[in-house]
This record gives sequence, C-alpha cells and structure tokens, in this order.
Amino acid sequence: MSTNIVFAGVGGQGVLTASSIVGKAALLSGMNVVMSEVHGMAQRGGIVVTEMKIGDAKSPLVGKGEADIIVGFEPVEAYRVLWKAHPGAYVVVNTEPIIPITASLGNAEYPDVSKLIENMENLKVYPLEATELARKAGDSITTNIVILGALSKLPVFPLKRETLKEAIKESINPKYHELNFRAFELGFEAINP
Amino acid sequence: MKYQNILANEPGKKEFLLGNEAIVRGALEAGLDFATTYPGTPSSEIGNVLFYIAKQAGVYFEFSTNEKVAMEASAAAAASGLRAMVFFKHVGLNVAADAFMSTAYVGTNGGLVIISADDPSMHSSQNEQDNRHYAMLSGMPMIEPSNAQEMKDYIKEAFEISEKLKLPVLFRTTTRVNHVRGIVEYGTLQNKRGKGYFHKNPSKYVPVPENSRRMHRELLEKIEKAREMSNKSPLNKVEWNYGEIGIITSGVAYNYVYDVAKQLGLKVNILKLAFTHPFPDKLVKDFISKHKKIIIAEELEPYLERETRVVAQMHNIDVEIYGKLNGYFPRAYEYNPDVIKDAFEKILNIKIERNAYEPKPMELPDRPPVLCSGCPHRATYYAAMMALKQLKIKDAIITSDIGCYTLGIQKPYEMADYLLCMGSSIGTAVGFSKATNQKVIGFVGDSTFFHAAIPGLIDAYHNKANLVYVILDNRTTAMTGHQPHPGLPMDGMGNPAPYVDIEKLVKGIGIDWVRTVDPYNVKETIQAFKDAIQHEGISVIISKRECALLWDARRRKQGEWWVYQINQDKCTQCGLCSDWLACVAIYKKKDETGKERVYINDALCDGCGVCATICPFNAIEKKVIK
Repeated sequence: MSTNIVFAGVGGQGVLTASSIVGKAALLSGMNVVMSEVHGMAQRGGIVVTEMKIGDAKSPLVGKGEADIIVGFEPVEAYRVLWKAHPGAYVVVNTEPIIPITASLGNAEYPDVSKLIENMENLKVYPLEATELARKAGDSITTNIVILGALSKLPVFPLKRETLKEAIKESINPKYHELNFRAFELGFEAINP
Repeated sequence: MKYQNILANEPGKKEFLLGNEAIVRGALEAGLDFATTYPGTPSSEIGNVLFYIAKQAGVYFEFSTNEKVAMEASAAAAASGLRAMVFFKHVGLNVAADAFMSTAYVGTNGGLVIISADDPSMHSSQNEQDNRHYAMLSGMPMIEPSNAQEMKDYIKEAFEISEKLKLPVLFRTTTRVNHVRGIVEYGTLQNKRGKGYFHKNPSKYVPVPENSRRMHRELLEKIEKAREMSNKSPLNKVEWNYGEIGIITSGVAYNYVYDVAKQLGLKVNILKLAFTHPFPDKLVKDFISKHKKIIIAEELEPYLERETRVVAQMHNIDVEIYGKLNGYFPRAYEYNPDVIKDAFEKILNIKIERNAYEPKPMELPDRPPVLCSGCPHRATYYAAMMALKQLKIKDAIITSDIGCYTLGIQKPYEMADYLLCMGSSIGTAVGFSKATNQKVIGFVGDSTFFHAAIPGLIDAYHNKANLVYVILDNRTTAMTGHQPHPGLPMDGMGNPAPYVDIEKLVKGIGIDWVRTVDPYNVKETIQAFKDAIQHEGISVIISKRECALLWDARRRKQGEWWVYQINQDKCTQCGLCSDWLACVAIYKKKDETGKERVYINDALCDGCGVCATICPFNAIEKKVIK
C-alpha cells in the first residue's frame, strides 16, 4: 500500500517547501508519490496543511485514520490534524508555538504546550525544539529542514536519509546548502526513536 | 522545482510536478504559441510558470487585464491559426462568458483550449459553481483530468480535439488536480507555428444575426460529431475487475474511488470518464447495461448522474443508480476518501472500519487567514477605522472587493460589509450611496481596479455618487502570487512595459478629489480619510505601498533585516498595537508574576514599524538583526 504523511503548520514556516522536498526524494527513490497542497489566501499566518501518499496510491488526500506520520511544524496545528492518524502513528512536533491572532486578541486561549503533548496519548510522539535548533544552525528560517532531519529518523519513514539530503540539494539555493545541512543534522540528532 | 526543467527536451524524463506545472509542460508538448490569463486560485501557477519561461519557449504570454480580455485575445490568436490557451479560475469564466459563448459559434481555426479551474470547498473563492455546466451551455467539448500526468497528456488531446472539430475545448480542472503534485513523465516538445495569418471571412467570424442563425446549426452538428469522438475516446476507459457493481466517475473523485475500492478489496468495475461533454451516451449505455447497480461518484453537481439517468430512461435499461439525486452523495464541498467510504456504507450496506485516532478534546484557538505582518492594508484599515471613530461615524457601509484585503472583514477592522465579485466594490458603493443616507467607503486593490472597477468608477462620477473610494495600490497582484498588472512597468513575459498611472487615470475621468498616501505614514492617512469622508461627492484615496512580502524578499536578499520589540519598562499595555492595529506578530502573554504583557514575535515581525509609529509611549524599538 502506501505510507501516508500529513504536514501541518503555519504559513511562512516552509511547510510546502519541506513536503515538496520529501516528494522529490520519493521520485529520486523511484517510488510513486502523490501530494496535495493548498495555495491562496493568507500567505503568512494562516494554517497550511499538505497531505502525501508515498507508494501505491492515487488519492491526493489522506482519509480519517489513514495517516502513518503527522509532521507538526507548530504544536496546535499538529493537534488539529491528529484525527487523520491511526492509533500508534508517529508524530514529530515542533514545540515552539506561533500564537494566532485570535489568542492575542483575547478571543481564545493558547493551550499549554506540555499539556498538548501530554494529551497525545497512544501515539509515538517526538517533541522537537525545531525553531530553537534552527536558530542554532544559523537562521530560524531553516526550521522546516530541522523537522525533515527528525522525520528521516522515523523507522516508518520510507525514504533514505541520503536521498532526502539529495532532494534538499536540488531544491535549495547552493548558497544555503551548508546552513540547511547543519539544520538537517541537528534535527536528525534531536530525536531517538 | 526549477521552472527551467519544464522546458527540458528529454522525453521520458520524470519530474515531481504540480498539476498546474504539468499543464504548461503539456501545452508546450502540443506546440503552444499563445497564452493569456487573469490570475486566480487555483489556476495561478500556470501563469507563474509561463511568466518565467514563455520568452525562452517562444510563446506569447500575457497577464490580461481581465478574463474577458484574455478570452478575446486567445480567440483571435486561434482564429489566426495558432494554438492558444486561456486559463482562469471558475468565476473568471463568468467574466469571460460573453466572449466564451460566441467563440463556440464562430469556432476556431488553430487549437483553442479554455482552462477553468474550479474550487470545490471554496478554498479561496466566493462560490463553488460547477463549470461543467458551461460546456452544456456553450456546446463545447469538455475534458476533465484527474491527476498531474493527465493534466499534461490531456491538454495535448484537447488541442487535437479542438482542431479536428474547429471548436474551442473546455478543460475543466479542480483544486485537487491543479494543486496536486505527482510524478509526470515527459513527452516530446512540438515545434511552434510562430506567427499566424488571419484569412478574412466575415461570414465565418462575424455573428450578426444572419450569420449566427447558420452558426448555431453548425454548432449543433459539431456537437454530434464530438459525441462520436467522446464515445470512442481513449480518455474514457473501463477498468474491468469482474465485479457486479459499476462505478462511473470523473476528475479527482476517481482517485478516491480507486484507493477506497483497493483498500476494501471491493470488486467493482470503474468507468473513468475524462471526455465528458458531449456525454458519451453509447459507452455509458453499454456499461450500465452490464450492471444491476451503478454508483456515480463526482464532485459538486450531478452532471454525470443526470446524463446517465437520461441514457437509462431512453434505452429502458433496468438498473439501480446511486448518486446525489437520491441522496447517497453530497452535492456541496470537495470529496475525499471518507466521502466515498460513507457512500459505500450506505449503498452496499456494509460497515467500514476506520481505525482512526481519537484525540482528547481540547479547546484549540482558531487560526483564520490574516493579513501578513507588515501588510500595508492593515495600516490603511487602521487609519480608516480611526478616522471613522474620530468622526463618530458608526454605520458607514464598507463595500469590499476580491483580494488579500477582503481579510479586512475580521476584527478589529470589520472593513467589509458587502461583496459580490471582482470589481463590485464600486458598483455596489454607487448603489448604497443612492439608496441610503449612510456614508459609503469602497475598497479595491490595484489589480482588481484595472480588472473590473474602472467602468464602475466612471458610473460613480457620471451619476454624481457621494462616496469615498480607496484604491489599495500594493504594486502587485498579491493574493494569487505576485503577478504584474497594467500599473507596473513590466509585462507578463518580464519585458519592460508602459504602465498606467492610477492617479492620472482617476483624474482623467474627471474626479477632482484624489489623494495619494503612504499607509505607513499613519497620521497622514488618517487625515486623508477624515477629509475624504467629509467631502461631499466622490473622493478617491490611493493608498500606495508595496506588498510587504516583496519588500521582505528584497531586504533578505540584500542581507538587511531588522525587527521591532517592545521595551517592557515603557509599555503600559494600552492595547493600541495589540488590540487595534492587531498585527499578527504582536501577542499577549502573562509574565512570571502573572501580569499580562505585550510582545512581538521576532520570527513573524517584518520590521514595517507601523506599531512603533502609533505607540503613544514610544515603547516599541527597532532592533537591527543584520
């Protein structure tokens, strides 16, 4: 069948770039891949979700309970798509919140991140200080690549780490290769599944 | 994806392409000569790719002023013997409809393909109309691809069909085909025709009544010829699995049917249709005759279903048909694997185990789409809001338009009371100003102004309307991904171009009260709003400041970056920046003593400094990063 992945985050975090890199890596590995993305309103600050099936599948959307991996670029956005996962699925989640305008205007409350993570029971959850690690790598803009580094370490992730790096190379300006590889390694080292 | 890869003359090469990128590749493989568009999600990336490669590919490409102009320009190119493609979002076809309908009558010479990108679930649209109806309305043949590879392959077919029938072809796509990435295998690039030649023949090309009466009969004959083609087309195929149940499907719905049937191990025969108008009646008759139960899976309107029921009735076929008309499938919103599973459960009387994780219920804050940090529209809306407050006007009617700035509907601005379509801000403002005694303020973006608001503004002037019209000139077509428009010194192929000066244009109409402001200069902008609102008659404010995303990209490239931060010693938590400017980068959080404080997220701040200019306590300070 297929390995199904849902990527969720906030516009501006590089969700589309990161998921395209994974798709490109699937192509380089000779595997079938189909992925859907949402473009349009709110380039920054809105919800961005991409869904991907790697393997024998045609549907660009992942059904309820079909996701094997949830890749959360932001804790609340990760939580919001958990219903797509099956029990025991993997979750890689960046612990740094991006407070939505509804919460900063006082119309809603942003939940405690540790509580969010604690509530992700019956899943294999790997919290990650991705934004912080990206700053350590040299620029918070590489948060998405830190997350890819961690993703590549999951046992159910069907692609090789080297292929993913190859896809990063093909997708990102050579000027920033070193920065991004540094970010990738920091993500890879940060979790131990 | 480097756009240049789309030009690679390497048959057999495989790329991970967006559906919209695959369309461009397919068109180039078909020898595309001429392309026009007005940007609109989910069609925009087709134009974005052409913007980068058209010159190199030897294709003429333009971002037309609107869809109607785009339709007309491509029709003329095709009449001159070229292969032309015009594309827009589904509601764009409404704008082009007048020209579109006549094009079916006058027909074409070179291949003419019209791409409609429909948006089921309205990810970024005001409605989810099903444009397959336009094929029936006009009589044009229609193709519905279901994945990225088919986007590429079938666009070539569409050109062939168009030239065989001398009819334009409607290529109907949806968001989940336009915005799906998949592996696409390249074919051979075809040579272009270069310049065309128009052979004058008024009886063929001018639909005065005498000619159009003949043209309509010719069109009806062409439709029957097209039906023969759709009945035999390899684009319509049966996947025979020796099952008892038959499924008829088209477009993206096919993928969900395929995956779900496979997951459940269901033996079903699938008639996958892609050449769907004229309806392949003989093919469908054969297919349904072999089954006792037929399921029809299609997004939005029951087009295939109605046509199938007609075939069954006309041929007296005894078959149970399950679709939308008898309530088994929904008619609103896009499909997904779960919609298909739900329908299968009801139709086949089975229970499908979902094995879904059930998250513990938690209150999660909504994250509605918002104006970006640094967005000049936010500053303009803040100024308008403050001017209205200072003038104590509470019931001003705000007419809005289509663009990022429609997000002004949100709190705290609430700057959108009425909206219909592209350009409606001005026509509706005229209506409200005549029908009520309330103050009326209309907002329109620069690209939308050129697209459809100019006739409305002429109407407002000529009919002496009393209103304020605000043109939010952010120097780009921002929402759809920063395409150029007639107000910029660059055309759709990246060449230098003469531009239209909005202020001169407005003054040229005869409007005297026109003021251009920089919205980052908040004081000046508030004053302009106050003056304009108090002016009797028509007043126009041009709020001019480049889209923050473009400005950011340039500064990042130059290696300059700064943000703003709040000096907690000076901040009094007055709320002006957090609650009234309400920038997405500004948030409140309790400090360790439990006192609520205001902060700026440095990852989101883009350094526009508007918050610093409005802060009454000078508590917001610039911090240079590099």
